[in-house]
Amino acid sequence: MNYDFQWNVVLSGEYLDWILSGVKVTCQISAVSLFFAMCIGTLLAVMRLTRFKPFVWFTAIYTEFFRNTPLLVQIFFWYFGSDGLLPRFALDWLYDHDFEFAAGVIALTVYTSAFIAEEIRSGINSIPRTQLEASRACGLSFVQAMRYVILPQAFRIIIPPLISQALNLLKNSALCMTIGVAELLYMAKQIESYSFRAFEAMSVATLIYLSISLVVSFTITQYNKHFMRTVSY
Amino acid sequence: MAMIEIKDIHKWYGDFHVLKNVNESIEKGEVLVICGPSGSGKSTFIRCINRLEEIQKGEILLEGRNIYDKGVDVNELRTEVGMVFQQFNLYPHLTVLQNVTLAPIKVRKMPKSQAESIAMELLARVGIHDQAKKFPVELSGGQQQRVAIARALAMKPKVMLFDEPTSALDPEMINEVLNAMKDLARDGMTMLCVTHEMGFAREVADRVIFMDGGAIVEEGTPEHFFTNPQHERTKAFLKEIL
Ligand SMILES: Nc1ncnc2c1ncn2[C@@H]1O[C@H](COP(=O)(O)OP(=O)(O)OP(=O)(O)O)[C@@H](O)[C@H]1O
Ligand SMILES: [Mg+2]
Repeated sequence: MNYDFQWNVVLSGEYLDWILSGVKVTCQISAVSLFFAMCIGTLLAVMRLTRFKPFVWFTAIYTEFFRNTPLLVQIFFWYFGSDGLLPRFALDWLYDHDFEFAAGVIALTVYTSAFIAEEIRSGINSIPRTQLEASRACGLSFVQAMRYVILPQAFRIIIPPLISQALNLLKNSALCMTIGVAELLYMAKQIESYSFRAFEAMSVATLIYLSISLVVSFTITQYNKHFMRTVSY
Repeated sequence: MAMIEIKDIHKWYGDFHVLKNVNESIEKGEVLVICGPSGSGKSTFIRCINRLEEIQKGEILLEGRNIYDKGVDVNELRTEVGMVFQQFNLYPHLTVLQNVTLAPIKVRKMPKSQAESIAMELLARVGIHDQAKKFPVELSGGQQQRVAIARALAMKPKVMLFDEPTSALDPEMINEVLNAMKDLARDGMTMLCVTHEMGFAREVADRVIFMDGGAIVEEGTPEHFFTNPQHERTKAFLKEIL
C-alpha cells in the first residue's frame, strides 16, 4: 500500500471550516426534523388510538406509505415536486430562503414521523388499558388522560426505540446532500473533489457521524436511567 | 329523590345479553353490596353507573338527572361518581400525593397547595399520610388500595363504586381496606360495592343484591340474605363462599 495519508490537509484551514460548517448543518437539519417528527409522530399515534375511523384510516395510510417508500425518492419528491404542491407565494418565500434545507426538513420529518408514530403507538399500547380507565374514572378527559397518565409512562418505555429512530434520522440526513444541502457529507465530498483526498475526507465524515451518534445515545441513556426506577412494568 | 335510580337497563356485548332488565334504587347514604358468581355481570353493572360502559336500553338517574342524556358532560359526571378497582390502578409514574392531586388540579383547576392539603387529609383518613412522597411500587397492596380510595375521594364524589376492592389483596391486608370502607360508610357515603366479603356486608350493608346471568335474582337486608335466602341459586352461592 503506497497511499500517502495526509490528514492535516483535510483537517486544517479552509477545509476544516467546511467540515465544521457541515457538522453544524447536519446537527441543525437533524434537530429541527426530529423536533417536528416527534410532534407529528405523537399526534398520529394518539389519533390512531382514538379509534375514530377516519383518523385510524388516515394514520394507517400515512405510516404505511411513508415507511415503505425509499427516503431518497421522498426527498426528490419534496424538492423537485413541491412546484406542483405549494402556492406561488410560499414557493417564492422558500426560494429566497433556504429551499434545499426546507425540503430536506420536510422529507426527513415526514419519513421519520411515520416510524416514530409506530414506536409511540406500540409504547402506548403496552400501558395497561386500566390506566386509561382509572384516569377517565377520576374525570380526566381523553386528552388529559393521555397527557398526564398514558404518555409519560409510554415515553419511558419507548425511549430506547426512539433513540434509534433519532440516530437513523441523523444518518439519513446525509441523503440531503443529493439536493444540495450543505451538510457534513456534502462538505466531505466537496473537500474530496478539491483536494483529491477521498479517503481522508470520507474517514473524517464517518468518524464524526459515529461520534455524534455515540454521544447522543450515551447522553439520553444516562438521562433515562434516572427516570426508570419509578416504572413498574 | 333517590341518589341513584336504575330503570330497566339492558346491555349487550354483540349478541351476548350481559345485563337483563336491572332495576334498582339507591338512597343517599345507602350501602349496597353486590355479589354473585363470576361472569354474572356485577362489574358491568357498576361500570354503567359512571359510564365506563354504555347501556343500550333503560335509564340511570343520578339525583334525578339522566346520565345518558345528550347534554351530560361525562367527565363532570365521573367527578361525582368515584371508583375503586380490583387492581388499584394507581399511576405508577406519580407519587402517592400526585396520584391523589392529579384530578383535582387538572379537572377541578384547584390550586396545587389546596389540592395537596385536601389530599393529605384524605391520606390521613385512610392512614397513609406518612407515605405521601413514595411511589406506588414502594407500597404494599393494602396501602395502594387505600391510596386509590383517597384518590377517588379527592373529587368529593356523591357516590363511590367499588369493584372487588379486596380480591387482589393478601389476606392480612384485607381488613385495612375494609376498615377504610367502613369508615366511609359510617360517614354517610352512598356506596355500591361488588364484594364477597360477607363480614363487611353484614356489618355495614343496608342491602345485599345477588346477581346471576345478568339479572338481579334476589335482594334484601343482610339479615334476610344470610339467614333466609329464597332462591336456590342464592343458597348454592352462599354455601360456596361462606
Ligand atoms: N368487553 C367485553 N366484551 C365482551 N364480553 C364481555 C366484555 N366484558 C365482559 N364481558 C362478559 O360479560 C359477562 C359479565 O362480565 P362482568 O365482568 O360484568 O362479570 P363479573 O360479574 O364482574 O365477574 P367477575 O366476578 O369475574 O369479575 C362475562 O361473561 C364476560 O365474559
Ligand atoms: Mg368483575
